[in-house]
Amino acid sequence: MEFFYGLFIAPFADFAFMQRALFGSLMLSLGACPVGVFLMLRRMSLSGDAMAHAILPGAAAGFLLYGLEILPMTVGGLIAGIIVALGAGAVSRFTIQREDASMAAFYLISLAVGVLMVSIRGSSVDLMHVLFGTVLALNNEALTLIGGIVAVTLACLAIFWRALVAECLDPLFLRSVSRMGSPVHFIFLGLVVLNLVGGFQALGTLLSVGLMMLPAAAARFWTVRVEPMCALAVLIGFASCIAGLLLSYHASLPSGPAIILSAGVVYFSSILFGTRGVLRARIVHHRHRTA
Amino acid sequence: MLTNVITSHIDKLPDFADRRLMTNACLTFRDLTLGYGSHPAIHHLNGVVRKGSLTAVVGANGSGKSTLMKGIVGVLKPMEGTVVRMPGVRTAYLPQQSELDRSFPARVVDLVSLGLWPKRGMLGRYTKEDRESVSKALMAVGLGGFETRPIDTLSGGQLQRTLFARVLLQDADLILLDEPFNAVDAKTVGDLIQLIKRWHGEERTIMVVVHDLDLVRQNFPETLLLARQPVAWGDTRETLRPENLLKARRFHEAWEENAPWCEPSGHDHAHDHGHDHHDHAHDHQHGSGPRAA
Repeated sequence: MEFFYGLFIAPFADFAFMQRALFGSLMLSLGACPVGVFLMLRRMSLSGDAMAHAILPGAAAGFLLYGLEILPMTVGGLIAGIIVALGAGAVSRFTIQREDASMAAFYLISLAVGVLMVSIRGSSVDLMHVLFGTVLALNNEALTLIGGIVAVTLACLAIFWRALVAECLDPLFLRSVSRMGSPVHFIFLGLVVLNLVGGFQALGTLLSVGLMMLPAAAARFWTVRVEPMCALAVLIGFASCIAGLLLSYHASLPSGPAIILSAGVVYFSSILFGTRGVLRARIVHHRHRTA
Repeated sequence: MLTNVITSHIDKLPDFADRRLMTNACLTFRDLTLGYGSHPAIHHLNGVVRKGSLTAVVGANGSGKSTLMKGIVGVLKPMEGTVVRMPGVRTAYLPQQSELDRSFPARVVDLVSLGLWPKRGMLGRYTKEDRESVSKALMAVGLGGFETRPIDTLSGGQLQRTLFARVLLQDADLILLDEPFNAVDAKTVGDLIQLIKRWHGEERTIMVVVHDLDLVRQNFPETLLLARQPVAWGDTRETLRPENLLKARRFHEAWEENAPWCEPSGHDHAHDHGHDHHDHAHDHQHGSGPRAA
């Protein structure tokens, strides 16, 4: 019992920074994981990765001008992310180019600008800060910001749920009954940017997309409906955050990678043991019904 | 019969001008040109689709059938001219190449419920009544009890029945079906035809793109025979006369990069578009050679 307490409860009970880290990362999961499910279902999983890179120059600009301050970096990241999302989205809607190519072009340019900016003025330590964040240094400002982002995300998902599902399931049908198709697409891209920006303070620009995509990808192996898939992704996100923080505390590992790798373990387990996973398909399909 | 009046003039009036005179029009085409790039797929179409009519749209591949459907729904903007829908008309559209993502985690009931959109919109809650009407619609297409089946487990015919259930639920005044009988077995075709006839009985306006002419002769009172422009339009037996079919057959998919530009003659042509030099149902005179754009 003592051992159990020391392993799982004490780190959070004894240290305020661990409580903040836990609170912040759990809130992040609540917003980012459902967004990740829709990114995956729209086959835009890699777009999330691209967007995470695209945020860099904005965050770097904020960082260079104001130091490691949450608000300037967030606003900068948001602006850069939205420019790239809208730019890539517009190019794909109004020219012959598909979104994967335009997104790649925009984010690569954006990433190059970001790295350039950081390297002109900062050291490589600064770059590591921006790229990998630090969940153990979340201050009140950062927690408030994450809380706001989660609230906006959940509200948007609740309001636009049906349109979002329709746009994924049968976009041409949605166009024939409503004009919501394009607006919903851009609102959704906005949510992606918002959640990545919320995540980069805690996990960094590169890893925040991990908390978005890995739980979603893992949840896909367990259910055939969207609602439970989102709920499950959030739970997997929660579990990964708790496991990652404890791992980071006990083994003195960086917290961001520890959280993402925990989610990675869940992902690989899901591939193997999920109800729609590899092993299940092998074992169960030996038997079949008569009709 | 109104249609007989029209068909008796068909040869004299290739523009089907008297179709403009109809008062109970559900759809009115005015000098409608639809296409891709500068090339028309529907060329200067004039006419009216009567409210409550059941029309088969036939023609060779590339004759503009699907394009016309897209133009009516508004997914494709006209290059010239207009489609006027009767005000307040609710439209249901079943495209030939659905953009339906069958790998999306949804059940049959989720897909069919999309048909409630015109009634409930984005935010309206589905009521118990709605759920019952979904079940009834599935029953009507012969898929009773399929509610919770994932859509990636459906056969081609079952999926088509599901999509018909969605159309049923949309409760539309104007129903556009683009090749709904493709890759569907005879029994399913028969069931779907019964459904279409039921809609016809309910005074809905229906246009169906069909390839099987026997099916058209047996089930559709009116036919529009297309070959980029209408070859004939009216009573099915009249429209599908051998000479009309021959005329339509002479049209092949003449997509010519350097087709001559269509010159204005009587119409106000705001744009330039390519022009085939095959049999014209109307009497346009066009330039003898390409013109610089």
